[in-house]
Amino acid sequence: MKQKTRIKAEEGRQDLLITREFDLPLELLFKAYVEPDIVAQWMGTKVLKLESKKHGSWQFETTNAQGVVVFRANGVIHEFIPNQKITRTFEMENAPGSAVQLEFLEFEGLTDDTSKLTMHVVYRSAAHRDQVLKLPFAYGINGAHNRLQNVVSQLN
Amino acid sequence: MTAGAIAANFDTARPTVSRHLQILTECELLQQEPAGREIYYHINAQKMKEVADFIEPFRRMWEDRFNKLEAVMKTYKKE
Repeated sequence: MKQKTRIKAEEGRQDLLITREFDLPLELLFKAYVEPDIVAQWMGTKVLKLESKKHGSWQFETTNAQGVVVFRANGVIHEFIPNQKITRTFEMENAPGSAVQLEFLEFEGLTDDTSKLTMHVVYRSAAHRDQVLKLPFAYGINGAHNRLQNVVSQLN
Repeated sequence: MTAGAIAANFDTARPTVSRHLQILTECELLQQEPAGREIYYHINAQKMKEVADFIEPFRRMWEDRFNKLEAVMKTYKKE
């Protein structure tokens, strides 16, 4: 299957690029980042707060079947330009060794029915970036978690 | 393959190719095998896999997440 999502992480740098092309019009792609109930659906997390505006803030939380909080993250929105750009911070709560990261999300329409998202993520240090890259399961915020683990265990 | 045989596949100057081979060898992505006056270069498949695997779980996590986003939004498209 064609890989739609690409990661560019150069050695020794403290940032990375995530790019993805969608079979969705630009407006729908952007909407997926704005409407709290939609974000909750695809991120597989509860959206406690999502103020999509300059100086707004957001907070997500995921609980397991027993109601225990397994993931909580928050951040602030620095820039919000509909159908173009979101600049925000991302911080995992109660995660020792983690640090806030800065995310630049750029949305562009390719055709009437396709669009592209470019996420530029800047970490505190190159070491912190590599730590995040190595521990994709630390997020644990989507239902793909177990599937992912199966795939990786097959690789070993 | 020898450095000469590898260089023959590129328009790049021979010293440039040698330099690339040297770096790839330092990174253990290539292995050298001396044979008489020649040095043969082999791909270190294990190391290549390690490098690719390093990012793959992270990439897959985002791929899954974005696939879901696309599926969710396609239902809005029909409305």
